[in-house]
Amino acid sequence: MAYAAGVDVGSTQTKAIVVDEARRIVGRSLADTGANVMRAADAAFREALASGDLREEEVEFVVGTGYGRYKVTFGNAQVTEISCHARGAVHLFPRTRTVLDMGGQDTKAIRVAPTGEIVDFCMNDKCAAGTGRFLGAAAVALELPLAELGPTALRGERAVKISTTCTVFAESEVLSWLGKGKKIEDILLGVHESIAARSIGLLRRVGIEQEVTFTGGVTKNRAMVETLNRRLGLTVNVSDESHFIGAIGAALFALDRIAAGRAPAGPARERA
Amino acid sequence: MTRTAGIDIGSTYTKAVVVAADGTILGQAMESTGFKLSQAAERAFARALDAAGIARSDVAYTVTTGFGRHQTAIGDVAVTDLTAAGRGATHLFPGTRTVLDVGGHTMKASRLGADGKVQSFRLNDKCAAGTGAFLEKTARYLGYTTAEIGPLVATSKNPVPISGVCAVFAESEVINQLSEGAAPADIMHGAIVSLVDRSVQLMKRVRMEPEYTLIGGILRFERMADVVRSALGAAVNVPPGELVQFTAAFGAALLGQRRLRRLAAEAATAPVATGEGAA
Repeated sequence: MAYAAGVDVGSTQTKAIVVDEARRIVGRSLADTGANVMRAADAAFREALASGDLREEEVEFVVGTGYGRYKVTFGNAQVTEISCHARGAVHLFPRTRTVLDMGGQDTKAIRVAPTGEIVDFCMNDKCAAGTGRFLGAAAVALELPLAELGPTALRGERAVKISTTCTVFAESEVLSWLGKGKKIEDILLGVHESIAARSIGLLRRVGIEQEVTFTGGVTKNRAMVETLNRRLGLTVNVSDESHFIGAIGAALFALDRIAAGRAPAGPARERA
Repeated sequence: MTRTAGIDIGSTYTKAVVVAADGTILGQAMESTGFKLSQAAERAFARALDAAGIARSDVAYTVTTGFGRHQTAIGDVAVTDLTAAGRGATHLFPGTRTVLDVGGHTMKASRLGADGKVQSFRLNDKCAAGTGAFLEKTARYLGYTTAEIGPLVATSKNPVPISGVCAVFAESEVINQLSEGAAPADIMHGAIVSLVDRSVQLMKRVRMEPEYTLIGGILRFERMADVVRSALGAAVNVPPGELVQFTAAFGAALLGQRRLRRLAAEAATAPVATGEGAA
């Protein structure tokens, strides 16, 4: 049995997925990327192997993706996260035409053709507004764990209008609203509205076509999913796998390479 | 009673200055602005009065400025930061034609006419990468406080290139540079170079002319002025010591003097002083 792996080294978290020839997920891991990107990639890969009770030699091809993909030194190839997110999204939701990937430091909008090919994409590469980091800034300012932001925002009734664009300034704006006596719930709802509005702006630039699949770490945040649904007037596709979609896409590309017979014989690391 | 006061409620610090009729500074004080702007203004004003050794009733006219100027009841009139900074800069350096003011959350460039009035200006207050917050964030990623920026960067000879596109993205850049062995001082120096690039762009957009006067809290870091000087290839004026941070407040107090003289002149020529005008 041949296995393939995808390692998605994101700015904030590193995800690894191992699949078998039938495209079933047989191993996975998730860890903070931290300062040492190379070590994070290696550790994530090993953990994914361990979770599936697999040995490194059994994995024939590894594709690295994400901003740290060139630090996946044991990988056999690198594929951009745009391609991997599109691939993973179409795999999980075959009717996907638009992908919104919201990660720790960047947000990307991707439009795909019915064939799964990428038609257009755009991303915030100059500014952290509208990314997971904006939520991170609010979490720091309000001294709440990230996982509580969504549930807290869902209790909000009247969203506070967040006027700053910049993530750095948002931290002080959040505190100033708190100082003015606004409820944490309403401030957080406002933060979610602000991020959703910016990502929808990105989506409009590539054109919004149904179905829309939401990927990346922020998919775990219910309030963000609901805010996007309400503002878009549709229901975005989200699954428990959404956080891993980039790594899944990478693993599928690795599987393609094995099928195409381009994979070298023997374990991946020896070749690299 | 000819003393006036200027209070500059900035995004990070609130500065108050009390001056005599001849423009001599009698007292000054600075407070963190925080989120209660009016209270910060009250505190800074009270401390500046203490420093001058006078009572609030000894001040004939108070001018407020800065982004928080409309959020306080103190003051007889509010003027824009550009007007106040322009007045302060031309008083200190009469040849000033271009003012660059770099504060915690804003960067402003303005061009002044020969009369000292603002002719053109550009602001950046939307993105932290173009403000002091960029240096503050970079310092924090490096494990230093804002107060340590000056001494740290003074030891650097060669700046490390820092893109300065976004204060948040700078974190990964700083971490990468550190892991490649760059010295924190050189990284900080690089952040200053990047901030100066943005400053020069802003100055170009107001069609800058010499003399250039640099003010604002970030100019406390001498390296900032050095880098601007070499980027412009020209001499720059920097108010001495703490004054660099108080220039707008000082300018506001000086505008108060001008207003006082005008009021006095009007009162002298008015045929009958009414109750209202007898301030």
